[in-house]
Amino acid sequence: MSEPVIKVRGLEYEVGGRSIFKGLDCEVHPGRITAVMGPSGTGKTTLLRLVTGQVNPTRGRIEVFGQDVSKLNRPDLYALRRRMGMLFQNGALLTDLDVFENVAFPVRENAYLPEAVLRQLVITKLHAVGLRGAAKLMPSELSGGMARRVALARATVMDPELLIYDEPFVGLDPISLGVIVRLIRELNETLGITSIVVSHDVNELSLIAHYSYLLSSGCVVASGTPDDLRASPLEAVRQFMSGQADGPVPFHYPAPDYHTEVLGKRSDR
Amino acid sequence: MIVTCIQRVGRIAVFLVRVIAQSGPALARPRSVVHQVYNAGARSLIVIMLSGLFVGMVLGLQGFDLLQRFGSEDALGVAAALGLIKELGPVVTALLFAGRAGTALTSEIGLMRATDQLTAMEMMAVDPLRYVVAPRFLGGVIAMPLLVAIFNLVGLFGAQLIGVQLMGVDPGAFWSQTQGAVELNDVTEGIVKSVCFGVTCSLVAVHEGFTAEPTAQGVGLATTRTVVISSVVTLLLDYMLTAAFLGR
Repeated sequence: MSEPVIKVRGLEYEVGGRSIFKGLDCEVHPGRITAVMGPSGTGKTTLLRLVTGQVNPTRGRIEVFGQDVSKLNRPDLYALRRRMGMLFQNGALLTDLDVFENVAFPVRENAYLPEAVLRQLVITKLHAVGLRGAAKLMPSELSGGMARRVALARATVMDPELLIYDEPFVGLDPISLGVIVRLIRELNETLGITSIVVSHDVNELSLIAHYSYLLSSGCVVASGTPDDLRASPLEAVRQFMSGQADGPVPFHYPAPDYHTEVLGKRSDR
Repeated sequence: MIVTCIQRVGRIAVFLVRVIAQSGPALARPRSVVHQVYNAGARSLIVIMLSGLFVGMVLGLQGFDLLQRFGSEDALGVAAALGLIKELGPVVTALLFAGRAGTALTSEIGLMRATDQLTAMEMMAVDPLRYVVAPRFLGGVIAMPLLVAIFNLVGLFGAQLIGVQLMGVDPGAFWSQTQGAVELNDVTEGIVKSVCFGVTCSLVAVHEGFTAEPTAQGVGLATTRTVVISSVVTLLLDYMLTAAFLGR
């Protein structure tokens, strides 16, 4: 098998005295869609922040394209990021630029293309996400699904080798959801891009992911194809995949005894 | 408390160095800097001119009342001009700038932080200090002396309005004494102060926005800090610069 695009070994990350990851290992192989799943608050987005060098691990090693991300200086980190595209949960479009300029932004800042070529490139990318006609709209005029698609066009405009999706399905109507799922799959198949999708939407991920990691309590509790995860006998996996309210991830946040708190101690009455 | 203050000053100093380092590339795109001069300067014009007019009118009233006691009403122009050029113009403009343009800068950058726009730029290998912070900082630094000059002009007009038109001070004496008494050193003092206050207020505003907690409460607190820190530092700097210019 070819060398992984991302290799995480013994990742530990602590913030504010709280341990987020406790020795996490995972790999992302080229040309595949890798899903990172897990309950809310388990550190999925934090993992993306670590992989993209926005924060540094407490211990452990993260290699992206063979480079240790935490050891890179700013110019090298920026050079690495030019090989990546990232779709943010809320789109993160620049609010003072229209749709066309948002998509053109990374090219204007990182490459020196003639205006005519740039225009052609941006129009092509907007056409691919079905929003060529919205080029002159401002971000405030877009729906959530449209903003997500513009952000996807922007993430792909530099033809990245690695595309990172942070919760791409959150808050979308069924039509927009279907469009985003189709676009992620098409981008992967037609351009051969390596993709990481962080989400907790099991059904959508099952449609597109080649391989999945399920995170819980700071480490990988299961990994494999979506079918492997569905067939897993582990209780934590079954709870997540079937959406059970209680289980290894408890429904109740740790708290004192309910009856004692409601009725008070015997001596208080 | 003291350690926290020193740490904050240190962080702002490091931030200033980083912003200055990115100011060259930002100046290479004059359109974005001009846009920020418009945002920070032109959009503050109404409040600056109105305040300048009223401060000048109050100077005219108080100055006339005081000078009349010594039979020196003709020196009203000199008193108003020196008061405005050396002190009131730079200080009041800086305080108004912090309240109007400074808060706008902080909340704008803070909201960009809260909506992941700055992170998105980082991910696109674009330094937000170059694209967002440096043009706004430069816009503020350029706008401040211009605003101070306008404040002074309108303030002097206000003093003249009261002194000459209302109280009957001789217009020839008012203007000729002003022209004769105001020296280059006085104007230099005003310019130096306005530039220093421009750097201070703009730096505080962009720093607080850039480092704001990415929440609604965080942006609100950062905006409040901008006004408080800018005002206190402006008054402190004013004392230090005045003492330096007077050689004390």
